[in-house]
Amino acid sequence: MINSLDPRIARENINEENNIAPLTEMDNWETYEVFHQKKRGDQHVHVGIVHAPNTEMAFLFGKEQYGRRGISVNMWVVKTSNVFASDYDDSDIFDTVPEKQYREAGGYKVMSKINKYKKENNI
Amino acid sequence: MQHIKELLYKMADDLLVLGHRNSEWTGLGPILEEDIAFSSMAQDKIGHAQALFQILFELGEAEPDTNAFMREAKQFHNSQLVELPNDDYDFSTIRHFLFDHADQIRFNMLSESSFEPLAKVARKIKGEIKYHVFHADIWLVKLGNGTEESKARMQSTLNMAWNYALGIFEEGDFESPLQSENIFAGEKELQKRWLEAITPTIEKANLKIPSEADWNPVLGGRKGYHTEHLDQLVNEMSEVFRIEPNTEW
Repeated sequence: MINSLDPRIARENINEENNIAPLTEMDNWETYEVFHQKKRGDQHVHVGIVHAPNTEMAFLFGKEQYGRRGISVNMWVVKTSNVFASDYDDSDIFDTVPEKQYREAGGYKVMSKINKYKKENNI
Repeated sequence: MQHIKELLYKMADDLLVLGHRNSEWTGLGPILEEDIAFSSMAQDKIGHAQALFQILFELGEAEPDTNAFMREAKQFHNSQLVELPNDDYDFSTIRHFLFDHADQIRFNMLSESSFEPLAKVARKIKGEIKYHVFHADIWLVKLGNGTEESKARMQSTLNMAWNYALGIFEEGDFESPLQSENIFAGEKELQKRWLEAITPTIEKANLKIPSEADWNPVLGGRKGYHTEHLDQLVNEMSEVFRIEPNTEW
């Protein structure tokens, strides 16, 4: 018998040799992505993942894992498999060439006009 | 005041004892997320009990911690349903479902009570109890529609727990003053509303309420008659407190 200091374990009289079969892959539930909203009108923000057998239970778990401190007014849960994710091998698509000043606001020569206007109007 | 105290004691003891029982799943729950959810709800229950012990304290009873941890099992007013050992998760789930619906309706009724301190607590904890009932309903429906094993276990556990659940509604000696003073509409009314509330969910879970001919409420808990399991629970729950009752926590 397992002789534990924890009375909950001790009274279960569990054999030392415990032949519990290991989990197979299908014993694990799917993952759901959890998004919460801090206040109405805000964007929902991704806060983490829960394992669940269906969306309702994913919400139950999401609420306790991520919303129990009372900072959410709304929650979304989405099956991870329903999220399209880009490939890290393709992350170079986010690289952009540096010579693109024509697309930046700094390309507009307006500071001299603004300063002139300020001076004229004593701002 | 005796009638209000009796009402508060039975509610507080139900919540304290069930909160403690449910907390025994901490670290042993079926999966991590459910372990956290169930533990969190157990803490909520203890918190609700504390709010009621606080009102009792203001009515001249012992301090909340002393009241919770220094009484013997026979001084507890909880229904026997809540003191039974956890057994497997099917029993804990069924008990959670049967008790929490009654708890939600009781507090809803009390939110309009003429006894304002209790009405205030009822309004404050409304959201927490709503989540507890949500949680219970979703698990019941899921397991009731699961595998052959889960269906069979849920039904036999429901049959086993049913008469204990009816014991929640054991009447006390003060039903009529509580009603005439508009403090609480009474256990009979509560049981009626409870049955109406749980029936659709039990149907959705493809389970059957035991036939009325077999209803035989397990009474006595409200008057201090308990199973041997409550002794074990009270001893374990209060072990640390009793070593040094005057410690500041």
